[in-house]
Amino acid sequence: MSASILPLALENVSYASNGQPIISNVSLAIDAEPSTIILGANGAGKSVLMRLMHGLLTPSAGRVRWNESDAASLRRRQAMVFQRPVMLRRSALANVLYALSVAGVPATEREAQALAALEEVGLRHLAHRPARVLSGGEQQRLALARAWALHPEVLFLDEPTANLDPGAAREIETVIRAFDAAGTKIVMATHNLGQARRLGDEVIYLQAGRVVERAPIEQFFARPASAEAAAFMKGELPWV
Amino acid sequence: MGLSRVLLLATALCGQVQAQDKFITVASTTSTEQSGLFKHLLPIFEKQTGIQVRVVAVGTGQALDIGRRGDADVVLVHAKPLEEKFMAECQGVKRYDVMYNDFVLIGPKGDPAHVAETKDVAAAFRKIRQAQAPFVSRGDRSGTHFAELETWKLAGIDIAKENGPWYRDTGQGMGPALNTAAGMNAYILSDRGTWLSFKNRGELTIVVQGDRRLFNQYGVMLVNPQKHPNVKAKLGQAFVDWLVSSEGQDAIASYRVNGEQLFFPNAHE
Amino acid sequence: MGAIAEGLRRVLELDRELWHIVALSLEVSLSAVLIATVLGLPLGAALAVKRFAGRRGVIVLLNALMGLPPVVVGLLIYLLLSRAGPLGALGLLFTPGAMIIAQSLLVLPIIAALARQALEDAWREYEEQLRSLGARELEAAVTLIWDARFSLVTAVLAGLGRAAAEVGAVMIVGGNIDGVTRVMTTAIALETSKGDLPLALGLGFVLIAIVLAVNAAAQLVKEAAERRYG
Repeated sequence: MSASILPLALENVSYASNGQPIISNVSLAIDAEPSTIILGANGAGKSVLMRLMHGLLTPSAGRVRWNESDAASLRRRQAMVFQRPVMLRRSALANVLYALSVAGVPATEREAQALAALEEVGLRHLAHRPARVLSGGEQQRLALARAWALHPEVLFLDEPTANLDPGAAREIETVIRAFDAAGTKIVMATHNLGQARRLGDEVIYLQAGRVVERAPIEQFFARPASAEAAAFMKGELPWV
Repeated sequence: MGLSRVLLLATALCGQVQAQDKFITVASTTSTEQSGLFKHLLPIFEKQTGIQVRVVAVGTGQALDIGRRGDADVVLVHAKPLEEKFMAECQGVKRYDVMYNDFVLIGPKGDPAHVAETKDVAAAFRKIRQAQAPFVSRGDRSGTHFAELETWKLAGIDIAKENGPWYRDTGQGMGPALNTAAGMNAYILSDRGTWLSFKNRGELTIVVQGDRRLFNQYGVMLVNPQKHPNVKAKLGQAFVDWLVSSEGQDAIASYRVNGEQLFFPNAHE
Repeated sequence: MGAIAEGLRRVLELDRELWHIVALSLEVSLSAVLIATVLGLPLGAALAVKRFAGRRGVIVLLNALMGLPPVVVGLLIYLLLSRAGPLGALGLLFTPGAMIIAQSLLVLPIIAALARQALEDAWREYEEQLRSLGARELEAAVTLIWDARFSLVTAVLAGLGRAAAEVGAVMIVGGNIDGVTRVMTTAIALETSKGDLPLALGLGFVLIAIVLAVNAAAQLVKEAAERRYG
């Protein structure tokens, strides 16, 4: 058993695109225990922050530091689910098999692991359906199955249910809870307050690319410490 | 690296097609091929010797150029001055007369220049220029083009200076030039062979023929293997020898288009 | 209309000779497209995925090369393969091999440029997910090519259309030798220059029919596969 890739440390991380600052001087430590919700309005920079943490973007300034130096190992022990699931033009099962193959799992073990992952999210019966004809909710569950098969230490979720109806959203939340129960660290961006409360242990509130507040979930909802967070919760956010 | 892979594949592919081991490449002219002579002649030669003859038919200038590059084993064209220049450059081993066919002056049935009355082709050309009747020239360094230029000279006309809108220099092969002439109802000098097989005649017909100066002499040369070591000297010489032999000359004479003989063997005149 | 009917009748009379011409046309063009695809797809994928200095210039150049005049390519290959040229020792001039080389060069930019466009669009969709899964560059490119295969089939068909239709390159490097390097397009050119327009027209329709058949078959395969894979 090797050491965990956590804690993740962001040190004075900034990110700008086309001269526009999107993330400004964020310093954070992400630990293994609590499920972390990144909360903020549209345009606050949640998606960019997630991608900086996951390594899909490189900071313009500052450092993103994990507790692991081998890049390949680091990649394998994280997974990310995006707002819109991206599926390959093949069957649901084949999509999960693909992820296992990229991760270097031996060919003989892949099918069993893939089927188990599909079973976990309730898609076993659709294993041979072309992934792209599945419904939005089914595809998102497939994305979670793909992540599940990899047994990641950290699961990033970027507004995973923003495009889904409440029923499908609830199914997704069930799977996320299963990940949590299995010991995976959850980092999820959302602007759905109810979902944040249902799934999260702590909140990082982001506004205009800065971390304005960070608190345990109940404390944040009961008594937000910052004026901006309070305004956000009341649904009255001043346009920046 | 990609190029060598391509070449390897291509070489393998062409090896597949070149199932024939014994073949030679002959550079000749479009008008000769289009007359259909080769389709008649070459099977006879191949049956007798087992040598496949591959004819690349282009304009006379290009045919001789192919010979100069060593891309053909034998050259068979009909422009004696150019052939003699080829020999003077030591590009050929020996030049043999093979056969002749003749040129005919083609023109519209209406004959606006009134040339049909004469058997003198130079006089006919003078009349055409005088009447400023439309005239199509091949303009492509071919044997036929060369013959046309010679005839203007014989008529005492410096065609480079004394032409006009009536003189159309097209830069085309015999067939396309005839097409153009048919379209314009113009006069044109053509080899008899192409004319006999030409199907798109429109209003055109033969207006002047039989003038000895219209005879078109063919010469054959083996490309010099000393300059081009890849030349198949033995097989090429076999073809040259056959052409001037009695069998070859008989085969040439036996070729008919619409019942008419097209080529007149004269290797031993 | 009568010319067309007569042309088709004459074409059917040609029998064995026509069969040889058609077979050679297919052999040359399909081989060229195969080579151009094997070289062009990876080139297009690399351009779609990699970022490097001068990338924009390469893309512009590749797009421009789609319009390379066949007769110019033919001339250049002729000078290369002639005995008097640098690659003369290969003895490829006036053989189908030379025709395949020339057509491969003509078709390569088409397939690479169209593939680049299709794959760049696909990469925009797949990039984050593939990188998140940890796919390395080469792996990602291969996955991209396979997933975009339906758009890429169109690129390949465009290349095949170009190869089957061109006459300038194969005429110069092949020499239009009866029974050896005569293909449909050069046969049509020959019959036209002989003034035998009905026959030329007939051959033209056979050529069009073949290209149509290939495209129809490709469309059917595409639709069947799309139904299976989504």
